[in-house]
Amino acid sequence: MYSPAIIAEAVVNGLMTGAVYALIALGLTLVYGVLHIINFAHGALLTAAMFAVWVVYEALGLDPYLAILPLTPLFFGMGYAVQRFVIGPASHGNDSNILLVTLGLSIAIENALLAGFRSDTRTLNTDYGFQIVEFGPLLLSKPRLIGFGAAISVTVLLWLLLSRTDTGKAIRAVAKEKFGASLVGIDVAHVYAVTFGLGCACLAVAACLLMPTFYVNPRIGQAFVLVAFTIVVLGGMGSIPGALLGGLFIGVVESLCGLFLGDSLGQIGIFLIFILVLLVRPTGMFGAKA
Amino acid sequence: MLEVQNATKRFGGLVAVNQASLKAAAGAITGLIGPNGAGKTTLFTLISGFEKPSEGRVLFEGQDISRDEPHVRARRGIARTFQIVQPFAGLSVLENIAVGAHLRHAKRSDAMARAERVGQRVGLGPELEKSASSLTVAGRKRLELARALATEPKLLLLDEVLAGLNPSEIRDIIPVIRAIRDEGVTILMIEHVMQAVMNLCEQVYVLAQGRIIAEGPPADVCDDPKVIEAYLGAGAAERLKREKIHA
Amino acid sequence: MTFRDIVPIIVLITLLAFVPVFITANTVLNFLVFTLIIALAAQGWNILGGFGGQFSFGHAAFFGTGAYAAALLQVRLGINPWIAFAIGAVAGAAVGWAIGYLSFRSGLRGSYFALVTLAFAEVLRILANAAAFTGGAAGVLIKLDVRPENFQFESRGAFFWIALALVGAVLVLTRWIERSRFGAQLVAVRENEAAAKALGVDTLRVKLGAITLSGAVTAAAGCLYAQYFLYVDASIAYGTWISVEAILAPIVGGLGTVFGPLVGAVALHGLSEITKLAAGSVPGIDLMVFGGLLVAAVAFAPEGILGLLRRSAQAKGAARHA
Repeated sequence: MYSPAIIAEAVVNGLMTGAVYALIALGLTLVYGVLHIINFAHGALLTAAMFAVWVVYEALGLDPYLAILPLTPLFFGMGYAVQRFVIGPASHGNDSNILLVTLGLSIAIENALLAGFRSDTRTLNTDYGFQIVEFGPLLLSKPRLIGFGAAISVTVLLWLLLSRTDTGKAIRAVAKEKFGASLVGIDVAHVYAVTFGLGCACLAVAACLLMPTFYVNPRIGQAFVLVAFTIVVLGGMGSIPGALLGGLFIGVVESLCGLFLGDSLGQIGIFLIFILVLLVRPTGMFGAKA
Repeated sequence: MLEVQNATKRFGGLVAVNQASLKAAAGAITGLIGPNGAGKTTLFTLISGFEKPSEGRVLFEGQDISRDEPHVRARRGIARTFQIVQPFAGLSVLENIAVGAHLRHAKRSDAMARAERVGQRVGLGPELEKSASSLTVAGRKRLELARALATEPKLLLLDEVLAGLNPSEIRDIIPVIRAIRDEGVTILMIEHVMQAVMNLCEQVYVLAQGRIIAEGPPADVCDDPKVIEAYLGAGAAERLKREKIHA
Repeated sequence: MTFRDIVPIIVLITLLAFVPVFITANTVLNFLVFTLIIALAAQGWNILGGFGGQFSFGHAAFFGTGAYAAALLQVRLGINPWIAFAIGAVAGAAVGWAIGYLSFRSGLRGSYFALVTLAFAEVLRILANAAAFTGGAAGVLIKLDVRPENFQFESRGAFFWIALALVGAVLVLTRWIERSRFGAQLVAVRENEAAAKALGVDTLRVKLGAITLSGAVTAAAGCLYAQYFLYVDASIAYGTWISVEAILAPIVGGLGTVFGPLVGAVALHGLSEITKLAAGSVPGIDLMVFGGLLVAAVAFAPEGILGLLRRSAQAKGAARHA
């Protein structure tokens, strides 16, 4: 059996991972909420962001936390362009086409990274990577604590952006009723692209927060993307608070499953929750919108 | 043939159909009219099985079918058309109708032959090889009718098959509907085009706010002050009189 | 279905059967057998995805089940490989039915069906990777014992013929689907589920039939893979690569057509070999091209290669008449 301290540490570690998961899921849920599409390229885009963090660190010596400043707008722009010039035109507005186009993008991006960087796993050697903060009886990783705080802050910022600004209002209008929004003069294609850009910007921030303690290889996005799907489905498609709570919950579940089932089986808890949620609550949260 | 007994359907707090009862006599055309949002289409979904009643029963040939799935009801002999047409867009007109014909014909050649006959009958003969998505509104309405008819139903539920058609198209299709009745198919139809209701229906039910407020022969129902008040509104009665004179 | 319906299939398979007579280079035969295995897996996907419109992103669940069943039944239980092969296909059908029953009964469609199939495949991958029975991360090795009754052959040509025969059998099966009531109802479900129901189609039963057949066919491809390479592990058997291959080939070849998956698999792997020749052995470069091709196919050729051929033939015919 495990002592309460170990379990408590697993829970807190889970919460810290979960906040970053939430940030990844946030991008996904935002895109779903507005465009009503499931973006299968989300994981590959995260991998791309993580490689970008690694590249600017290795090549320019840019600290990952500072890299947030250039990478966030860069990924916003890239996301904007991908939606506006690839996904939008290629899918002819058909749902199953979008599914296939984002799948194709994910395959292309992932394997472009594999071709460019090979399959080696890479890490950053920051001097704070292994620093520990004592928190009562708990020993917590400093960069992960920073990640937790930053992820929550970004979530709040995004929420403020959507609820307080004109852009946010336009996004919410398009999410509710795109035809009506286009009638009052909102450029729907532009709003779609902005939303997709915001989703990618979330990934850039998440990548910067992950890299000090995590590693990157071309397949890493796959590990995150199903987790992110689970969070989005669990929290309710399109819901920002849902993504945050779902992320924290899944982080804890993963951490505890890892503790009790071992590393190789740890992730299975997440997938089982995912399947169960999909099967048991198909209506209400989703189902009607196929 | 068909009997709906005190059917009620609630969606959350909204009562879409409230204690509605009606009968469709075998071999007759029965009309279901009422203002928009009265619950006519919901009542149809209860009869065709796409929704189950919260209370009450649906009887078909004396048997309680309230809990049967739509495809089971289709097998029993109930066919419906959709108010918003639902073609199999990627298929040809003939293939569309053949899906209906397959209900009673397992062999493809039989189903295709049957589909072709039905297609000719509803006036889609020249269009059979075209893609269903290339049809005009009137063509799509005929396709709805043809597909339902191809299942060889005993009871045909028509949900506004005339809506969106111009007067000459309506004139063309009314004899088709009457001919279907003459072959012994019972028809229950939702219709807004009063000219058609007057022309076709032996019996009419009026639904308003989920309740049946009147029933009887069309001419009587239209003179019913309850109906005029609830459905047609003041002034419309005179308009209707004029229409009758012209008809 | 009449005899005339399957004449083109018989002609094609007969012609292809002569390939090993002329080509004996092992590398080429390897490539051809592998392509046929992919084509078979894709034919399975096409029954459910192409005809039924239910896009599975987790056909690895069936492929892997077939591969593991074929390998484990002979290695652990000493069952004859030919019988193990048959059981493998049945196991794939059973997994297909189970996944279908759970997801279709819950009304999952579109993206949600894609997600749930992906998750099922991942669960199986993790389990196979962790369980002792499946050999864990080390995988299962089938003992080399070259005897025909043992489903192992001296020449690669024999394997080519077996794979070709299976692909041919599924071509006939698919043609039957196309010409049958089941197929008409399956396509109706794809086009409009509510309308299909109203016309008396038991949509749940039709979809379950499709996913069960689909599972069996893709599992057969998995069995063949295990028997050919004599090795299986979790990331091969249940890996996303095969789910992706199974989706790509029909879409590139022609979704919901009889020959689409075969044409697509040959085109994709031919292209992949050319890419490798042109770009050297850069890992991932072929899949990168596949991904781009998928986007391009959806954008510019929604009916795949067969659709393009048909259209250009029609255009030529029209030009001749003019």
